[in-house]
Amino acid sequence: MSVLNYVESPLRPEDAVYRQVIPAGDGWLHRVARGRTLRILDLEGNQAADTLFYNADDLAERYSAQDTIREQGGIYLTTGTQLMSNRVRPMLTITADTCGRHDTLGGACAAESNMVRYALDKRFMHACRDTFLLQIAQSGLPLTKRDLTHNINFFMNVPVTPEGGLKFDDGVSEPGKYVEMRAEMDVICLLSNCPQLNNPCNAYNPTPVEVLIW
Amino acid sequence: MTPIFEETLPGGAMWSMNIARHRLIKITALDAGANLAALIYNERHPLDRINVPDTLKALHTAKLTRGHVLMSDMGHALVSIVDDNLGWHDPLGGLLTAEHVREKFGEHSYQDFRNDRFRNARDNFLVELGKHGLGESDFAANINFFSRVVVSDDGSMAFDAAHCPEGASVTLRTEMAILLALSNTPHPLSPAGEYPRRRIKIEIAPTTPVAEDDFCRNFRPECTRALALTDRLHL
Repeated sequence: MSVLNYVESPLRPEDAVYRQVIPAGDGWLHRVARGRTLRILDLEGNQAADTLFYNADDLAERYSAQDTIREQGGIYLTTGTQLMSNRVRPMLTITADTCGRHDTLGGACAAESNMVRYALDKRFMHACRDTFLLQIAQSGLPLTKRDLTHNINFFMNVPVTPEGGLKFDDGVSEPGKYVEMRAEMDVICLLSNCPQLNNPCNAYNPTPVEVLIW
Repeated sequence: MTPIFEETLPGGAMWSMNIARHRLIKITALDAGANLAALIYNERHPLDRINVPDTLKALHTAKLTRGHVLMSDMGHALVSIVDDNLGWHDPLGGLLTAEHVREKFGEHSYQDFRNDRFRNARDNFLVELGKHGLGESDFAANINFFSRVVVSDDGSMAFDAAHCPEGASVTLRTEMAILLALSNTPHPLSPAGEYPRRRIKIEIAPTTPVAEDDFCRNFRPECTRALALTDRLHL
């Protein structure tokens, strides 16, 4: 098991220029200007925040999980990780992280993947990709399903073994844990506060997260 | 298998083909050290496309091999891996870019080297998918056949340069009509040095519908359900 990398932030919540609580199962789409810092705060612990980023000036440039992990030579996201685009350019840099490790291999839940993973009658449960679709449809931006790809799962723990196994371990997050990232370009952040009830990614109890911007 | 189609991809090649349901696609590394980047789409509806995270979490794996059903983001089985003499294909490393090529292998332009220029997977897919009306936003996380990236307990990734011997082969079975796009270009974690040029043979043959006792169908219950959802496309 790797050592978790804890780095606290000097930023004070009372100085934030923007604060928003996102209830469990809701979404959030927001522009974050270059140079701003975005914090995602796990208010009650073990809550997955499924997140995608787009270049605000050219939406075809977007977060890429494969490019991010390959360029840093490791699969876990934490302080120092540059979140890379599909054009292999840094979009944001993680500057603080009191959780210590975040996943980008597990993807987002969907009605369709729930049917495959659990049972065909799970089709009617709420899922992250439905949240993504509603958020982009309501945003007025020219984003469609085509633009939904391989996301980050902040606060989730999905270890890979040297034998090539993929495990869904209990979360390493707790109430008040947060991750912070500085935008290296103007970005659109698309976040689904995960409603998954079929596995332990939310400790079977989805709870709110808060986003703060400095 | 008795192929109805056969073609050898030279090093650097891009390739695509629309392939009907219930075909076997045998892919053979004619030279050691091959890497083949692949993207897979539902031919009728390309927004229904390979989804690496959905595939990995359904199968509880970070490598791909025999028995695995490669799934779309709509829960459909695109292809199943019915045969594999190598045991590990990489779903993590992504695409080689023009910048990677310059850094690792140096400039090698068409002006100077004609068709021996150094090609990269990202530009190859932009061109090859463009022929089907698909663009950058239609890319999904890709698979790199014949490559192995090992993840240590601390999360670090290491490319296994000795993984693929001459004659390594993997056979896919199409579970629906697909668009298969391939780029025979080096893995992005391939070590710097000489630009690797490896030949890869593609053979296609008809096969029968998936039997009840099929190895892939029964590999995990998730595979059974993905194939059941795919049957709904063919009612």
